[in-house]
Amino acid sequence: MNKMKLVMVGNGMAGVRTLEELLKLAPDLFDITVFGSEIHPNYNRILLSPVLAGEQTLDEIILNPLTWYKDNGITLHTGCTVTQVDRVKREVHAQNLDGTQVVKPYDRLLLATGSNPFMLPIPGKDLKGVLAYRDIADTQAMIDAAKQYKEAVVIGGGLLGLEAANGLMKRGMQVTVVHGAEWLMERQLDKVAGGLLQESLEERGMKFLMRAQTQELKADADGRVSAVCFKDGSHVNAQLVVMAVGIRPNTALAESMRLHCDRGIVVSDTLQTVTDPRIYAVGECASHRGIAYGLVAPLFEQGKVLATHLAQMGIGRYTGSLTSTKLKVTGIDLFSAGDFMGNNGAATPGLADDTEEIILSDPHDGVYKKLVIRNDQLVGACLFGDTVDGSWYFKLLREGRNVADIRDKLMFGESNIGDVGHEGHSKAASMPNDAEVCGCNGVTKGAICKAIQEKGLFTLDEVRKQTKASASCGSCTGLVEQILMFTAGGDYSATPKKKAVCGCTDHSHQEVRDAIRDEKLLTQSAVFKFLNWRTEDGCPTCRPAINYYRLSSWPKEAQDDTQSRYINERSHANIQKDGTYSVIPRMWGGETTADELRRIADVVDKYKIPTVKVTGGQRIDLLGVKKEDLVNVWKDIGMPSGHAYAKALRTVKTCVGSEWCRMGTQDSTQMGKDLERAMWRMYAPHKVKFAVSGCPRNCAEAGIKDVGIIGVDSGWEMYIAGNGGIKTEVAEFFTKVKTSEEVMEYTGAFMQLYREEGWYLERTVHYVKRVGMDYVKKMILEDEAGRKALWAKLQFALEGEPDPWFEFDKAGVDTRQFKALSV
Amino acid sequence: MANWKVICKVEDIPAMGARRVARKNGPEIAIFRTLGDKVFALLDKCPHKGGPLSQGIVYGESVACPLHNWQIKLVDGEAQAPDVGCATKFSVRVENGDVALDFEEVNTLGIAA
Repeated sequence: MNKMKLVMVGNGMAGVRTLEELLKLAPDLFDITVFGSEIHPNYNRILLSPVLAGEQTLDEIILNPLTWYKDNGITLHTGCTVTQVDRVKREVHAQNLDGTQVVKPYDRLLLATGSNPFMLPIPGKDLKGVLAYRDIADTQAMIDAAKQYKEAVVIGGGLLGLEAANGLMKRGMQVTVVHGAEWLMERQLDKVAGGLLQESLEERGMKFLMRAQTQELKADADGRVSAVCFKDGSHVNAQLVVMAVGIRPNTALAESMRLHCDRGIVVSDTLQTVTDPRIYAVGECASHRGIAYGLVAPLFEQGKVLATHLAQMGIGRYTGSLTSTKLKVTGIDLFSAGDFMGNNGAATPGLADDTEEIILSDPHDGVYKKLVIRNDQLVGACLFGDTVDGSWYFKLLREGRNVADIRDKLMFGESNIGDVGHEGHSKAASMPNDAEVCGCNGVTKGAICKAIQEKGLFTLDEVRKQTKASASCGSCTGLVEQILMFTAGGDYSATPKKKAVCGCTDHSHQEVRDAIRDEKLLTQSAVFKFLNWRTEDGCPTCRPAINYYRLSSWPKEAQDDTQSRYINERSHANIQKDGTYSVIPRMWGGETTADELRRIADVVDKYKIPTVKVTGGQRIDLLGVKKEDLVNVWKDIGMPSGHAYAKALRTVKTCVGSEWCRMGTQDSTQMGKDLERAMWRMYAPHKVKFAVSGCPRNCAEAGIKDVGIIGVDSGWEMYIAGNGGIKTEVAEFFTKVKTSEEVMEYTGAFMQLYREEGWYLERTVHYVKRVGMDYVKKMILEDEAGRKALWAKLQFALEGEPDPWFEFDKAGVDTRQFKALSV
Repeated sequence: MANWKVICKVEDIPAMGARRVARKNGPEIAIFRTLGDKVFALLDKCPHKGGPLSQGIVYGESVACPLHNWQIKLVDGEAQAPDVGCATKFSVRVENGDVALDFEEVNTLGIAA
């Protein structure tokens, strides 16, 4: 059978990434031909700056060597420029460097022509020694010029211009940057940050001419550029002039093909040109919803979608990306994203004065940070000198989360507060190679750098997959992102606006929740069908989430799909590294009796259980129980399930309280027991822990629990959304109530709200951060009827719920699992 | 010649689930049943750290190891990239709803593991 013919025009990063994605999905579908004007295979264009600065070599930035094309059966024409495309005959005409012609028919055509640098239309722009900064040839020409000549002028003080200037300076040239605007990088920085940047570059020896308008370039006797002349009559000598005043999508070929172009080749959400559905465009040449992206991460997103479409799976939609910027000048930290200017004081005429700014400025240490807030949401950030929290701010910005409750802490960032497992490191650049970045999986900085270089990784997800760094608890995510930036260059934090549940769908957790509630989807297959899941039976990521959403949205109606639960919730015990299980019986409020202890001791002897351990939650853990023995162990102990294995209410930790303690003001043990009896068997998006202390000495450590209750003389204080795990989060004061009945009602209402609105695997701290403490207070403190309704709903859901250790049928426990078959 | 031994009925394995098969010498074998009632068998040991694959979530024609979430293909036991490793595969025959393993393989494969 003849394969379909796919021809790609352009051999750059976005296009080749698209082919890589396509080959993963459908390796044998197409006969692929690639035309590239440059004589090189695909290389990492973003890393030209480090090459220019002498920090990397050309060989190091090659992404796909010639053997890659060969191994994948791709015909590659380098140094071969496509001159014409006949859309009727479906033929591509190209010309080699030696003038010979190549004609290639296509079934699908992919335009990845990238962009061209914009050259100022001034006299002298075609002189020898006048360059753009775009490709390997430009870079090489600059490196060669730096060996021969002394003075250089870079026109344009934007990202690219400054990187070029820095590189030339490192190669020994005297560099003057000519910039038309009032301050540097005015599209990414505000005036203060731009000024700081200029200062720190001046300290390194770079010269600047601001608000200068170039009139013409003068030549010497040999026809090489010798000076840059300005409108005010002044001039600067230069034997090398680099123009870096912007790029334009390269649409010349597309226009000659009569494809619709409007600041880029106009494409749909499937990256097909709007004129001809056989023709796709990707990368800097494509204009999607009016935006031509210039950063690599959005372009890779496009490539992914395009590949699924080419592979005839037709499932993806590209809906745009948010982007942020970082400068690749070693030693200068700079980050900007979103509306970094704001319009405080209505600086922009015609715009309402509706933003507020939080600013931290420390000129001595060269640190400047500005956060722009509108309607309690972070809408922009501009950081200079300390960019550790850039990715966190970017995340807040992208998620549009309400920041009213963390305003006072926002400026100080999240990275240094309470993170554990990487020795408190927060700056990736200064870490030695053998320092551990990911404490969960034991991944060093060196291992991450090596994987990024050798495997050509570009995104956080790829690094996670390959190295496992930040793939477990995630607390080192910021560090890994920084390492990615330093090693692979550019900025890879740009991400799709919404995060899909998993690879089976494009829908977010919220969309899935909403659909299950609004459409009353009672079964797993109904959800898959209604939301057009790509897989027949989901995956280990989405199935447990959907199961939880169904059960929490439709108690008593939706059936538990136990095969969609993790093993711990299927076997009602915690799996251990050797395949045995641990058993933790429930001890109400942490109290036990001689009788219970005797039964536990007997069970330990009878089933030869190797380890008995007291847990942090005031219970007893029996470790190393064989799966075959679980049912009998439960029966012999005769105590209820502790749910220590489930996304459910775990323990209610208590102090001794007023019954015995001479300091106690309230009977905390009784309160804890009552709470636990009322809410045990409660499944939730993630595990839930309570604590009750009888006085402000707080011996039950209520400050780091999902709900912490502290007895005072006049009643009970309630704290919520604490967490003692990966990142220690102190619970926030929620309210104070008088009676234990109120404690029960408020706690239950908060739990039900979390159960109904939390995303699967989202702890209360993250849920409350997402929706905002003010919202939770509004729903529970200010709305009495709503609070009582929530509490009633929780009681309804828990009414008659089985104890899975004893009521197997009712709890859907498949008892076959406890017995092995035999041959 | 394969020496087929009937182990159980297809229905004895939960759909999108697995059962363990004990044998006289050597570690257990996991037999899996997919949503579409296909049956596969692998040594009940993940190539990563020996996790019991029979306890994982079965989806499509794969299983996710319950210990560290390696994704293992049921058809050949291969781990999905970028993880590298392979769980020993056993032949399965399903006839009239009876699931059978090859006695020869049961007695020889993956014994030392």
